[in-house]
Amino acid sequence: MSTRLAKGGRLIDRTKTQGFSFNGKRMTGFAGDTLAAALLANDQMLVGRSFKYHRPRGIVASGAEEPNALVNLGSGSRLEPNQRTTTTELFAGLEAASQNHWPSLEFDVGVANNYVARFLPAGFYYKTFIHPRAAWKHVFEPIIRQSAGLGKAPKDRDADRYEQAYAFCDLLVVGGGIAGLQAALVAGRSGARVILLEQTAHWGGRAPVDGDVIDGKPAEAWVKDALQALGEMQNVTIRNRCKAAGVYDHGYVLADEKVADHTPGDGRPKHRLWRIRTGRIIAATGALERPLSFAGNDLPGVMLAGAVRDYTVNFAVSPGDRTVVVTNNDDAYRTAIALKEAGLEVPAIIDARASVTGALPAKARAMGIRVEAGRAVVKVKGGKRVTGVAIGLQAGEGAVLDEIGCDAVAMSGGWSPVVHLWSHCGGKLIWDEAQAHFRPDPKRPPTNHDGSAMVTVVGAANGALTAAAALADVAAQMGGEAKAEAVEEAAMEPVWIMPQGAGPALKMKMWLDYQNDVKVSDVQLAAREGYTSVEHTKRYTTLGMATDQGKLSNINGLAVLAQSLNEGIPQVGTTTFRPPYTPVTLGALAGEARDEIFQPLRRSPIHAWHEAQGAYMEPVGLWRRPYCYPKAGESHEQAVHREILNTRKAVGMLDASTLGKIIVKGPDAGRFLDMLYTNVMSTLPVGKCRYGLMCNEQGFLSDDGVVVRLTEDSWLCHTTSGGADRIHGWMEDWLQCEWWDWQVYTANVTEQYAQIAVAGPNARKVLEKLGGMDVSKEALPFMAFVEGHLGGLPARVHRISFSGELSYEIAVPASHGLALWQALIAAGAEFGVQPYGTEAMHVMRAEKGFIMIGDETDGTVIPQDLNLGWAISKKKADYLGKRGQERVYLARADRWKLAGFETLDGSVIPDGAYIPAAGHNPNGQRNTQGRVTSTYHSPTLGKGIAMGLIRGGLDRIGEVVEFTKMGGGTVQARVCDPVFYDKEGEKGNG
Amino acid sequence: MADPISALSGASYDGFASIREIGPLGMITLRAKPDAAGLAAAISAATGCAVPAARRVVINGDRAAGWMSPDEYLLVLPYDQVAAALAAIAGALAGAHHLAADVSDARAVFRVEGDKATQVLAKLMPVDFATLEPGELRRSRAAQVAAAVWAQDGGFTLVCFRSVAGYVMGLLTHSAMPGSELHA
Amino acid sequence: MLILECPYCGVKAEETELSPGYEAHLKRFGPGSSDDEFNDYMFARKNPKGVHFERWRHAYGCGKWFLAARCTATLEVFGTYPAQSSEPPADLVAKIKAKRPDWSGYK
Repeated sequence: MSTRLAKGGRLIDRTKTQGFSFNGKRMTGFAGDTLAAALLANDQMLVGRSFKYHRPRGIVASGAEEPNALVNLGSGSRLEPNQRTTTTELFAGLEAASQNHWPSLEFDVGVANNYVARFLPAGFYYKTFIHPRAAWKHVFEPIIRQSAGLGKAPKDRDADRYEQAYAFCDLLVVGGGIAGLQAALVAGRSGARVILLEQTAHWGGRAPVDGDVIDGKPAEAWVKDALQALGEMQNVTIRNRCKAAGVYDHGYVLADEKVADHTPGDGRPKHRLWRIRTGRIIAATGALERPLSFAGNDLPGVMLAGAVRDYTVNFAVSPGDRTVVVTNNDDAYRTAIALKEAGLEVPAIIDARASVTGALPAKARAMGIRVEAGRAVVKVKGGKRVTGVAIGLQAGEGAVLDEIGCDAVAMSGGWSPVVHLWSHCGGKLIWDEAQAHFRPDPKRPPTNHDGSAMVTVVGAANGALTAAAALADVAAQMGGEAKAEAVEEAAMEPVWIMPQGAGPALKMKMWLDYQNDVKVSDVQLAAREGYTSVEHTKRYTTLGMATDQGKLSNINGLAVLAQSLNEGIPQVGTTTFRPPYTPVTLGALAGEARDEIFQPLRRSPIHAWHEAQGAYMEPVGLWRRPYCYPKAGESHEQAVHREILNTRKAVGMLDASTLGKIIVKGPDAGRFLDMLYTNVMSTLPVGKCRYGLMCNEQGFLSDDGVVVRLTEDSWLCHTTSGGADRIHGWMEDWLQCEWWDWQVYTANVTEQYAQIAVAGPNARKVLEKLGGMDVSKEALPFMAFVEGHLGGLPARVHRISFSGELSYEIAVPASHGLALWQALIAAGAEFGVQPYGTEAMHVMRAEKGFIMIGDETDGTVIPQDLNLGWAISKKKADYLGKRGQERVYLARADRWKLAGFETLDGSVIPDGAYIPAAGHNPNGQRNTQGRVTSTYHSPTLGKGIAMGLIRGGLDRIGEVVEFTKMGGGTVQARVCDPVFYDKEGEKGNG
Repeated sequence: MADPISALSGASYDGFASIREIGPLGMITLRAKPDAAGLAAAISAATGCAVPAARRVVINGDRAAGWMSPDEYLLVLPYDQVAAALAAIAGALAGAHHLAADVSDARAVFRVEGDKATQVLAKLMPVDFATLEPGELRRSRAAQVAAAVWAQDGGFTLVCFRSVAGYVMGLLTHSAMPGSELHA
Repeated sequence: MLILECPYCGVKAEETELSPGYEAHLKRFGPGSSDDEFNDYMFARKNPKGVHFERWRHAYGCGKWFLAARCTATLEVFGTYPAQSSEPPADLVAKIKAKRPDWSGYK
């Protein structure tokens, strides 16, 4: 059994006991434990089930590479699925529950898959669930989803908050082991701005566990001194619990800081996502130990040798009383020695190498440990837990020579550098034959904005696996002189299958990817079936596609693939390393962007009044505008109808502040506007307004609005509410990039003014009551404006109308907007004034046949299609879009053009409805001859009205056509003039 | 005439740094080339400041002149003196191609103050504040909206568009919450 | 995520402060141009693997458009220069040729 040792544990504080629970069972650990360490201390080796076969799974590793020990952490509003127990710091009250089992961890029904495993080989899903097609959706997928899946998705709102922050430095050192610390010291002493990140809570990496001696000091003391020296450097920032997740272009690094994972509810943000821009990245990210592929290597109790050492030394936790070590290298002997020194038994070290020499094996032998050279683990014995190993010859086929009882197995297949940060932006790798791993190829680095190498890899991540080699590597690449005492190690020997001649029965029990249940036999099958590319094999077998992203399995898997294909490992190559290194929680990626500040809501100066009146708001770009102002008991539709009728009969008020407003000024401003608009603006008299259209260079309509001539050399261009920034940018683009010698300045003053439309037969009376300005027909005729004071406020009043009624649009400085609105409400009371929203505005403009950008236009419509030829100058030699409109197909007679539609039965044509035509297109779809673009019930006319585009346009007036309806059927409508109301325009001119 | 009201009526928040919406302030966008005849006189008349160098802001009590782009300046002055300033600018720059517009009401202005004020901004703006030079005006973004910022009176002045004042106040509040200091 | 130095204000702006404007040095063809000329102006865009000239706007900064030469394969930035340029500056062209001897030129 696994247990807590009586003594030791360099990271735990035995004076601080912390209670926690696992699957509801109460347990205790110590401050400083990881959850995995605490579980092992409580003899909880079984922590989960595998994805496909639901095999029992235990803790394998002690860090980010852990594939098995994933739990649902917390509950309710603090539930997080798929949390690695090996990187989760224990805290008092922690709740964890195992995943991927049903009904319980100990008794799992899905384990039946295990017994039919021979029928669930690689590619099983692809092969089995293809036919019949419908069965996938209704039968196979629901069953697979029920039985598979890892953690539970949280259902409650996340109780925590998250944030992001920007940081800048010359050098970002990733990894707080001795290589990273030394790199940061060297860089810090040079005066560079340095940030040093460590993903765990602790500094020093493996060196203190391995008992290295650096500069004559024990590693632990050296690390402490290094931290103190770094802390004294003003130019160095160090941050632990902060993982560099990904490297991106031009020295951009995302790092996830787990600020309060270990202190939940203390008021701090849970995670902070750092957006770091650095001149260069020093990756001192260490190496990960590889498992060995022997039968039964997935049983709980089989662990990585380095992890066994970590648990013993760091947490005083022994995975078992009797641990067999199986290895192909010298490093694993450190585990045997550490176990022995902790008073535990090591019945044997099974070493695949024929000849075992070197200082570490000598020391192990001297301690009385039996070393078996040239031997292999043929099979691990046990069910939910290791009970022993059967051993044989590594060179053989699996004949059992001996059996050794044990309750844990510590395995080591060698170490693979963590090259992720090197590879994210394209750094290439070379195969190191001697150490049987990929390491960075210094000749082919990822490059920076100036073409220089962006990442430098030092230490174990660069293949310098021992402390002495790692520090020598830092010195060689960066300078500095820290040295570790060398411990001589003999060469490792690659072992991809154990024993090398194992037959199919054994290979079916050799796990490569623990979480996804990919075995040696699956990869070999994939190779036999023609999957020669490692990327294809990955997807076919799901090797490396689990949450650990192949940290343990990739090298072993591709070595097996290479063997099966009779190719070299470097020829087969690796799969692509993509960010993030380990998962980053969505909360950190969202940062502050949730709730009220999820996105910038733009508010008009009158916004608060609308909300106080209970207006129903709708998004218009990022603005929120009142859609309507429902009264008690009124539906939105009823409110809209009331607002329209009231405006037509008495007077209404619209908050039009969101309209874009751009001042264009200068000696060449008129000439510029004549290029921008399809009609002529340079001839507009001062004091007058003119409606204008803007097109893109293809000739398609892009925006419209009223242009005002303010002075001899300045104009004010109104744009659509959503279009202000876009049109301002469009103007600046042409002024800066094409006509840069023209003397024109623009200023976007959209938000400077609140703008209120007062429309309806009583509109003039309301303004007159406010007083201060002559707004009579004579002083202020249609399509003119005046500036002055209205009700004591500085105002510019335009006689323009989008409703067809007598209408004024009043602009005042935004900080007086609410005052003007309230003054108009008060002044208008006796005239029946009511506010109206955007929907009433839409219906009223449709009653008048006015087009709306985005309704009648969709980026493929030219003004001529909308019968707006009157707004296109024939005299101008050029304007933006003119050449585009000259294209032959845009002049074709059969283009869809604007017309009005009135339904025969008075009903409303559905939004988006098409007018079918005879026959079918080559795709078998019905041909069409038109579509509706705006469709409403007109309360003014008491019937459904619509505008739409139809082949032939107004030529077809009087014809009855059919529109499609949702769910089948059609609605008949007569083609008509799109101006439904006040065709002569008498009301607006009044 | 009623007093003009700023976007948030002077909202404030005290976290590990203090946040205050201030204003209304008078602001004028002045577009002109640096060699426009009368530019120095115009800026001086409105603010008493010299023409700011590229990316700089010149501060003169409650007035300031900032460089926004090679042909744009931001003039800050008391709200009630904008009309007079616009008239003075028009006089000084008569004959030179320019555009001066009152943008006092188009903006919201915040003060971020305290020893750790920089940390609040560092959470929101992709700006290296350690290299921000004295008197530098930096235009960038705060999370999802445009913002300009400069150091002044031991804190920072941040200018954004009026319509997003509530969003920016929310950003600053979230970023200044106690317990979320980036470092001691 | 790219960093480009704005040639107007000198800010080393990151990509989120910029907005892209696609290929640089396009010649506008208006009324009177042939169908082929207009078609090329509107639709024919270079998409090289290697040296490319692009328009960028310092949208969240000084608001100015500028031009940038960069390698689309390695993202190396050779230089930025004002939009008011009919062709890339000679020193920039020389610098790119020195770094990319096989480059065929900007046209």
